[in-house]
Amino acid sequence: MAEKILMKGNEAIAISAIRNGADGYFGYPITPQSEVMETLMKEKPWETTGMVVLQAESETSSINMVYGGACTGKKVMTSSSSPGISLMCEGLSYLAGSELPCLIVNVMRGGPGLGTIQPSQSDYNQCVKGGGHGDYHSIVLAPASAQDMYDFVDWGFDLAFKWRTPVIILADGIIGQMMEKVELREMKPRRTKEELIAAAPWATTGKTPDRDYNFITSLALESDFQEAFNLKLKDKYQKIEQEEVKYSEYMTEDAEYLFVAFGCSSRICEATVDELRAQGIKVGLLRPITLFPFPTGRIAELSKQVKSMMSIELNMGQMVEDVRLACNGACPVGFYGRLGGNIYTPNEIEEAFKKFNNLK
Amino acid sequence: MKEEIIIAGFGGQGVLSMGKILAYSAIMQDMEVTWMPSYGPEMRGGTANVSVILSDKKIGSPIVTKYDTAIVLNQQSLDKFEASVKPGGLLIYDPSGITREPERKDITVCRIDAIEVAAKVGNSKVYNMAVLGGYLKMKPVVAMENVDKGLAKSIPARYSDLIALNKAAIEEGMKAIEVL
Repeated sequence: MAEKILMKGNEAIAISAIRNGADGYFGYPITPQSEVMETLMKEKPWETTGMVVLQAESETSSINMVYGGACTGKKVMTSSSSPGISLMCEGLSYLAGSELPCLIVNVMRGGPGLGTIQPSQSDYNQCVKGGGHGDYHSIVLAPASAQDMYDFVDWGFDLAFKWRTPVIILADGIIGQMMEKVELREMKPRRTKEELIAAAPWATTGKTPDRDYNFITSLALESDFQEAFNLKLKDKYQKIEQEEVKYSEYMTEDAEYLFVAFGCSSRICEATVDELRAQGIKVGLLRPITLFPFPTGRIAELSKQVKSMMSIELNMGQMVEDVRLACNGACPVGFYGRLGGNIYTPNEIEEAFKKFNNLK
Repeated sequence: MKEEIIIAGFGGQGVLSMGKILAYSAIMQDMEVTWMPSYGPEMRGGTANVSVILSDKKIGSPIVTKYDTAIVLNQQSLDKFEASVKPGGLLIYDPSGITREPERKDITVCRIDAIEVAAKVGNSKVYNMAVLGGYLKMKPVVAMENVDKGLAKSIPARYSDLIALNKAAIEEGMKAIEVL
């Protein structure tokens, strides 16, 4: 039986990176995710797997180190929290524009600005809609447990290399700080040079006589060239939308009402569903596990089954726009949120639900 | 079985590690657990708290507002959490940390003078384990053999010689708790 360890979501990210053959981590401390680098420094993977761990002088620096590492086909990553992610957005756009695979973890806190250090989900728009300039998407994964934090590192790297795109793990202060049972999966060694070239034939690994130069840039001065590249990206994002959508459902088969919630909010909504079900109200929950690509198709189907939907988020209403687009007017869509690092309780969501649906 | 607990006191009393050892012990008997600390600015005022949920089944919300058990080690925590104990639930307090007695009549109230227990065992740092012992006496949610394993998992290897001391504090805490 695999070993089960009690750990924080942040620690799970670090341990998973080491155990899944990450080549490098570059970061800068910020609450509530500082345990990621703390754990890496404590584990000293450079003495075991050879993974590089480096505290950069800033987030801007970290993301550009990630860019450099990604150019060489290495499995590289960074982690930060909201204000730090803002600083990384220029680099994120360049990574997308150069089609470079990498993993970025955002353990969200309240904003805007320096905001609070408490949990929040207010970077949904920033991470799901882009963040940096230009027409691009990152694949965005929304963990809801420490085990997810562990598992999504490996999944995230797989997606990043499969699609040559940055992948963001969009967590929040609860998922980062909470300790839960984590099952360690089998260890994956770091890639050998041959494996790296096979997985990333485009990488700048040193020109050999049997291939042309590999050239990585996001600069395209010619309009036609840039347009062709944008269309290629569009095609890639459409394929990602067709192939990589992931979500989970709770009590939706006979649901007359639906909650849509991601990350920690989906856990809290589960308790609300149980309570409302106990009162005989048929409520279900859809949890998007990928935020880009978004489970638009499934939400559209459910919009024809239920009387109404509510998006529950720790922000002022961001994902609710995507839920409304998916429903396309087929059913009313409500919203309930808390801000500033405050967290709703299951009862609070129940009250908001009853108010929205005129139920007693 | 599902047990929702809040452990609250001053920073330095060991409430977070008490919660961690309890959670680890529960993992050792294959239960699901969540351990959610207060990590925000409220910590800066000197109070620390952690909510721990132990369950046979997968745990949905890690955020709860009513607790089966509240363990309060200072006055602020008693003021904040006394009302949050479910009717019929359990409240454990340390008399040396408070200036007024708990008022609820619909719950079981227990006191444990954990400073005295820790002094008896010979090390003030195992104060939190004395409290844990008192709790486990009232609610044996985890078997002692699993508490042993939980301790071994939670205490860094270089301090493994302290496991016996911690265990002694748990055992003395079990004897010292009084139901009011």
